[in-house]
Amino acid sequence: MSASLLFDSPGPKTRRRHLLYTVLAAFALAGLLALVVLRLDARGQLAYRLWEPFITPAYVQALLKGLSQTLQMAALSVLFSVVFGLVLGTAKLSERTWIRWPAWLVVEFFRAVPVLLLMVFFFLAYGVGADGIGPYWCVVAALTLYNGSVLAEVFRAGINAVPAGQGEAAYALGMRKTQVMNIVLLPQAVKIMIPSIISQCVVALKDTSLGFYILAPGLTAVGKSIYTEFQNQVQTAIVVAALYVAVNLVLTAIATWVQKRYVGERRLDVPMVGQDAGGGGGPTIT
Amino acid sequence: MEDLVSQFDLVLKAFWLTLQLFLLSALFSLLLGLVLGAMRVGPVSVLRVATATYVTLIRNTPLLMVFIFVFVAMPRLGVNFDFLTKGTLALSLYTSTFVAEAVRSGINSVPLGQAEAARAIGLTFVGSMREVILPQAVRATVPPLASVLIALLKNTSVAAAFGLLEATARMRYFTNNNADDRMLIFITFALGYVILVELVSLGANMLERRWRVAAR
Repeated sequence: MSASLLFDSPGPKTRRRHLLYTVLAAFALAGLLALVVLRLDARGQLAYRLWEPFITPAYVQALLKGLSQTLQMAALSVLFSVVFGLVLGTAKLSERTWIRWPAWLVVEFFRAVPVLLLMVFFFLAYGVGADGIGPYWCVVAALTLYNGSVLAEVFRAGINAVPAGQGEAAYALGMRKTQVMNIVLLPQAVKIMIPSIISQCVVALKDTSLGFYILAPGLTAVGKSIYTEFQNQVQTAIVVAALYVAVNLVLTAIATWVQKRYVGERRLDVPMVGQDAGGGGGPTIT
Repeated sequence: MEDLVSQFDLVLKAFWLTLQLFLLSALFSLLLGLVLGAMRVGPVSVLRVATATYVTLIRNTPLLMVFIFVFVAMPRLGVNFDFLTKGTLALSLYTSTFVAEAVRSGINSVPLGQAEAARAIGLTFVGSMREVILPQAVRATVPPLASVLIALLKNTSVAAAFGLLEATARMRYFTNNNADDRMLIFITFALGYVILVELVSLGANMLERRWRVAAR
């Protein structure tokens, strides 16, 4: 164990004490796990009948279909929100007040309002009825507005993270504002932003499950129909959650790899809602 | 329009429930997150690995699935509480993992040289913690914690899907009854959330400003 901020390198006595703690903690954890399994067993939740749907081809297919719909919704909303975010992000960097101000307002508003509130509003206002757009597109629209606003901040921070000399040099060469942005600033900024965009994909993917409330399709909805049919709530929850976790872990692994490969240790500093731009603050998590 | 005005007490009541959910969950997730974060950076390797696994699993599960666990799956195992408790439990379980990560990143942001220098000038372990490490770690934890709390405030809306009549569910109720005023109703409820979020953000900014070190 290397040296740590929080404790000195342990001597022989402390090492023995830590060993004791380790053993005790291992026993406690194993006991906890056993308790859960026993509880499941006592309630008859380990019965084969309740797990059977997840090895029945028809239901596995239904789950996979739900997963693909979830992935589609997430992919579409990320695609749209990249465009939306790019527009808003550059608008926030504009020199003209009348462009910067509305962009700021839109970004702050959609970052502060819960996605579910947006979804419900879209669903009741435009989603239902014969000429409604349906819950699927309501989910996509709400996620686009929210994630687009978050990405707008990411883009702004990313463009600002390019050293100022780059832009100045480009202007000195006689480039126009658009050229400076497109040829010099954006290509360098994209590299720094990609990890943040991929982690936003995880957020979007998790948030597609909110469509549950407005009867949208997707993995969670399939899960609900399975547990209503078989009364196997516990098992379905475990399987569906595991699917989400697996997909998200893959996305996170890609983000980490990209970060290591292309960006290095540098991290983007995205201010939280309501904070003055330029101040510190971690990336929004949800 | 008249409904929204004449039944404005229902709007306030809904936001009161939102606020209750937020405050209760904030309290419990801060406590639980602190414990998780401490185990995550502590010297006992089994606990480190166990919390890392737990935190990764929950962070990558959608909040709605956590709600399904608490509201739909757990009653099947004979574990059942009233609605507010279940909502608080789901939100706290989810949010505490993000708190743990914020705590960890705050502690990791203090350079190791600080601890070495503190010990080198003869501070005791407790002294170096109190005078050098923790003040810096706590300051570094404020901005990410504020983001987590803002996310929690917005996440309370998920409780609407599980029978808690908080602001989002109340908006659905109002819109169902007065379809023509849906825009006004939406703006009213959205502004309610915006005000709450700005209050949390303002508090965090004030804390950050008060604790800012002059030299920075």
